[in-house]
This record gives sequence, structure tokens and C-alpha cells, in this order.
Amino acid sequence: MSKDIYIVIEQRDGNVQKVGLELIGEATRLAKELNQKVVAIIVGNKVASKSDLLFHYGADKVIIVEDPILKEYVTEPYTKALTKIILEFEPEIVLFGASSIGRDLAPRVASAIHTGLTADCTGLAIDPETKLLMMTRPAFGGNIMATIVCRDYRPQMATVRPGVMKMLPKDDTLSGEVVQYKVDFVPEDMNVEILEVAKEDKKRVDITEAKILVSGGRAMGGPAGYESLRAVADVLGGEISSSRVGVDSGWIEKHRQVGQTGKTVRPALYIACGISGAIQHLAGMENSDFILAINKDESAPIMDVADLAIVGDLKVIVPKLTEAIKKAKAAKVVD
Amino acid sequence: MMKIVVCIKQVPDTTEVKLDPKTNTLIREGVPSIINPDDKAGLEAALRLKAQVGGTVTVVSMGPPQADVALREALAMGCDEAVLLSDRAFGGSDTYATATIIAAALKKIGFDLIITGRQAIDGDTAQVGPQIAEKLKIPQISYAEEIRNEGEYMIVKRQYEDRYHTLKVKLPCLITALAELAKPRYMTVRGIVGAYEADIKALNFEDLKDGFNPDYIGLKGSPTNVWRSFTKEAKGNGIKLTNLSADEAVAAIVAKLTEINLI
Repeated sequence: MSKDIYIVIEQRDGNVQKVGLELIGEATRLAKELNQKVVAIIVGNKVASKSDLLFHYGADKVIIVEDPILKEYVTEPYTKALTKIILEFEPEIVLFGASSIGRDLAPRVASAIHTGLTADCTGLAIDPETKLLMMTRPAFGGNIMATIVCRDYRPQMATVRPGVMKMLPKDDTLSGEVVQYKVDFVPEDMNVEILEVAKEDKKRVDITEAKILVSGGRAMGGPAGYESLRAVADVLGGEISSSRVGVDSGWIEKHRQVGQTGKTVRPALYIACGISGAIQHLAGMENSDFILAINKDESAPIMDVADLAIVGDLKVIVPKLTEAIKKAKAAKVVD
Repeated sequence: MMKIVVCIKQVPDTTEVKLDPKTNTLIREGVPSIINPDDKAGLEAALRLKAQVGGTVTVVSMGPPQADVALREALAMGCDEAVLLSDRAFGGSDTYATATIIAAALKKIGFDLIITGRQAIDGDTAQVGPQIAEKLKIPQISYAEEIRNEGEYMIVKRQYEDRYHTLKVKLPCLITALAELAKPRYMTVRGIVGAYEADIKALNFEDLKDGFNPDYIGLKGSPTNVWRSFTKEAKGNGIKLTNLSADEAVAAIVAKLTEINLI
């Protein structure tokens, strides 16, 4: 009989990616309702030392698959390892991060074992009656939400959008069972050859890690507009981000884009400057703890989701705000 | 002679979709149907490959009979042949069932290289490409940003969030295209005229039933089902300040940020 919730932990260069820990946190909540356990699977080369970290964030059990062939992500060997584990252990639920790895791997695995897969979920719950996993995701470019179920096949599988689920506070006293799982790879498993691995030279800022984001939209008018946002972000100790239009216009880097086709963020403070708040943008930031919107247009949709909406000209307000925050901070130091 | 098959989907232009503010439901009327952008980039890449190394480009789409509009547009761009997979029995298919049907069609049509878009803008799943590849037991490379052919191999620049892989893969294989892969060309007038006279090959359930288990397609054969769909509720309850001078606005912001301990 199928049981337990399995999380496929994503690692890059041996570093556990945050989304895996978020999924352990979420799975812990779901597992309680099913009275089942949370099992983390980590696949890679020399990754066994990561098991403690996975326990500290809430995993009850860790399954490790190690092999030199798994050093860099390649679809086929990763699919082989996960398919074998799923067929042998028969999980009730398997969750992947909806990254460029998870969204390549999960469909291949689901297709191989013939079960359902729901993409890019932003909400998970257990139905009290049927005990089915209710997988909720945006569709139609974020215009509607759909809750998907997989009734007849196991495991129930989903990829889950990074940045949406909450990880548990780290608890160094936690530990659990470690299973070293052996998969025999043959040369044919490596059905593509990696000619080159090129990491981004510029260290990319991860806006999903920022506590404060100052975000610009169409009203920025160009790269210079974002510079004024940078000044506020700097005094607040935050980062700058953007709606889609700024990225499509080439005013700011793609990895700073918030929204359906960008990143999902939930900072303590999100300042939306001149962003109208298309539904695709709201999908990426509406779970921020506090939303401040500055916009000329009182009827812009962003003004309805904002905790504080200021109707006004950001070109005047933003520079003044930067100075005022500087002053307020300086005053605090004197105190 | 390389046989390239491109899978495309006709989708509503979701950037044109609006919500009815009164009923909070989707307004679908008047929303134009387009070739899914990632798929169109895949089409363009296929046409460029053909120009470089020779061969043919076949375009395949599963959908209702109206999807032939998308196929004719692909023909007008320069594709050699178009195939429409259409049958009531295919309706309601989830990604698994869709991949099952398309894989059966691809086996029948034949291929050296299959290109699909990474994901469709209406469903945003990115699942059908990899699921087809698994059904056909061929290698897949998704998130392709550049591709080129070297004899019986494809060289693909594969994008990740933090890196690129340059991968070498033997044909036959399946590649999923990012919109960045190639900027689609426009249809030519001669192409459009030709496309509207061209025959579109149709494959239905009867034509494909030997290629799949009939229990694994359509609404009934889909492992996943939609439980319910809904529009998000507006959050509300915020404070909106209008008619403030810039200084008053700044003061209000600073007071609030101080109150919530962010300054």
C-alpha cells in the first residue's frame, strides 16, 4: 500500500536548493493529516553529508543515491534513480520543486510510472473526506486557479513553485533514518553528453531571498528609473525587482522579474512603484507580508492588494522617501 | 534527410484575457487564438535547421477542427506538411493522455527530431514534451536556447536558472524550445495563399488506436482531473491615501514602515 510523502530534494554542485526545504516544511503539515512520514530523496554525487540538514528542516527519513554520473543534472540517470525508488517504496505523494530541473524530471518520471502530475502548484491540501491531495495551481496565465486531483493512480505527484511554501525553523536536534540506496548505472544511461557547463559569471541576485524588494514597472521609463529605486532599496537594505514590462524592455535583468513568468516572492516589504498590477504580476507577489504601492492611477489593481496605497507621482515621492528613511534611520542611531 | 516534426498548440492569447469585474469570471469572447509562443519559436528553429541541413518540417497539432488555422499559419511560414490530431475521444485529455496520443501519432508519422515548445501559455505545465519523449523512449532536452545539427547529433544549449549546459545528443531526440530559441518569421503572401489551398492531413482515434491503449486517453484515461476552478479573491483591507502632497505621502510611508519595524 502506498504511504508517506516523498520530497525530491534539488541540489546543484552539492548545495541543497531552498525549494526542497520549503517542500519538507509543507509536507510535514500534510503528513500530519495523513498520519504519515516525510521522506527526502537526494540524488547526486557525494551528497550524503546533506542528510543532517534535511532532518533539521523536518524530514523523518532521507534516501540518498550517490554516483559520479549524477554530478550534473541529466534527465535520464536522474529519471532512472527516481523511478526505481518510487516503484520500490510506493509513496503516497511525491513532490518536486517547479524549477528548470523539476519541471524536466517530474514529467519524465510520471510518464514512466504512469501516474498523474500537476505542474507548478501554489497550494496543497488534503481533502478531509477522501484524503486526496488537492493540488492548486494558476492557469490561463494566472487568470484563474484550478484545483487538480489524481484519484486512481499513485503516487500523486506535483511540482511546486519555489518561494510559495514555508520552510520550518531549523532544529539542530532533529535526526532520522538514513537509507543509502544503490542504483546500478550503465554507460547507456548517459544518453546525452555534457560538452560544457557554463555558470553565470555575474553573481545573480536571488530576489526570492530578499527581505525587502523595491519593484518598478512601466512608469520607470528606462534603466535610469530603476536607479532611483536602487537608492531606496539601498537605504532599506533591500533589492530591486521588476514587473515584466521592465524586463521585456531591457531596462533590468530577467532574473529580477516578479510574476507568473518570473519569480514568486514573499518579502517582509514589497514596494510596488508604478506597477499597475496585472494579474500575472500579482501572482508573484501577493503573499508579501506588507505591500506598499505608489501609483498615479488610483484605480490600478495593485492599489487594491496593497496594505498601503499612495496615490501620487513616484518621481517626486521616491527621492524624498530615500532621504526621509535615511534621516529616520540616523535618528534611531542617535537614540 | 532529416525529418523534423514540430508539435504546436493553438492557445487563447492569455495576455488578452480579462476578468469581468462584476462576476469575477474570465471573459473569453473576443480573445484571439494564436500559435503558442514557445511552439512558434520551435517552428522557426526547425525551418532554419531545414535551410541549413536539408530535410522536411512536419507540423502536428492536437485540438478541435478549428486548430487547422494554426496549422495553416505554420504552413504559411514554410512547413512542408501539417497533421491535425482531432477526435472527440481525445477531448479532456490531461498532459499524460495528451502525450500518449501525440506519441502514437509521431510513431505513425516518423521523425528524426521532434521539437515542442517548453510550455503553453494557457496551461503553463511544460509537461507534454518530456512525457512524449518518455513514451517514445528517446532522450529529451528541455529549455533549449540554441540548437544546431552535427550529422547524427544535435548540439543544444540548455538553460537553467544559474547555468547553461551545452549538450550533445544523438538523433532521434526531443527538444523543448524556449521563446528565446528563435524569433519567428512572418508568413509570406505566397505562403498564405499556398497554405489555404494545402491539404491538412487528419488523424483520428481510428487511425491511431493501435498506437495506444484506448483506456489511457481522453477525459476518462487522464490520471489527473480538475476538481474545481475559481478566480482569486481580491485581498482588500488596505489603506488608500489620495490627495497628499509628496511630503505628506513620504511622512505617511515612513510612519508606517517604522510602525512595522522595517526602519
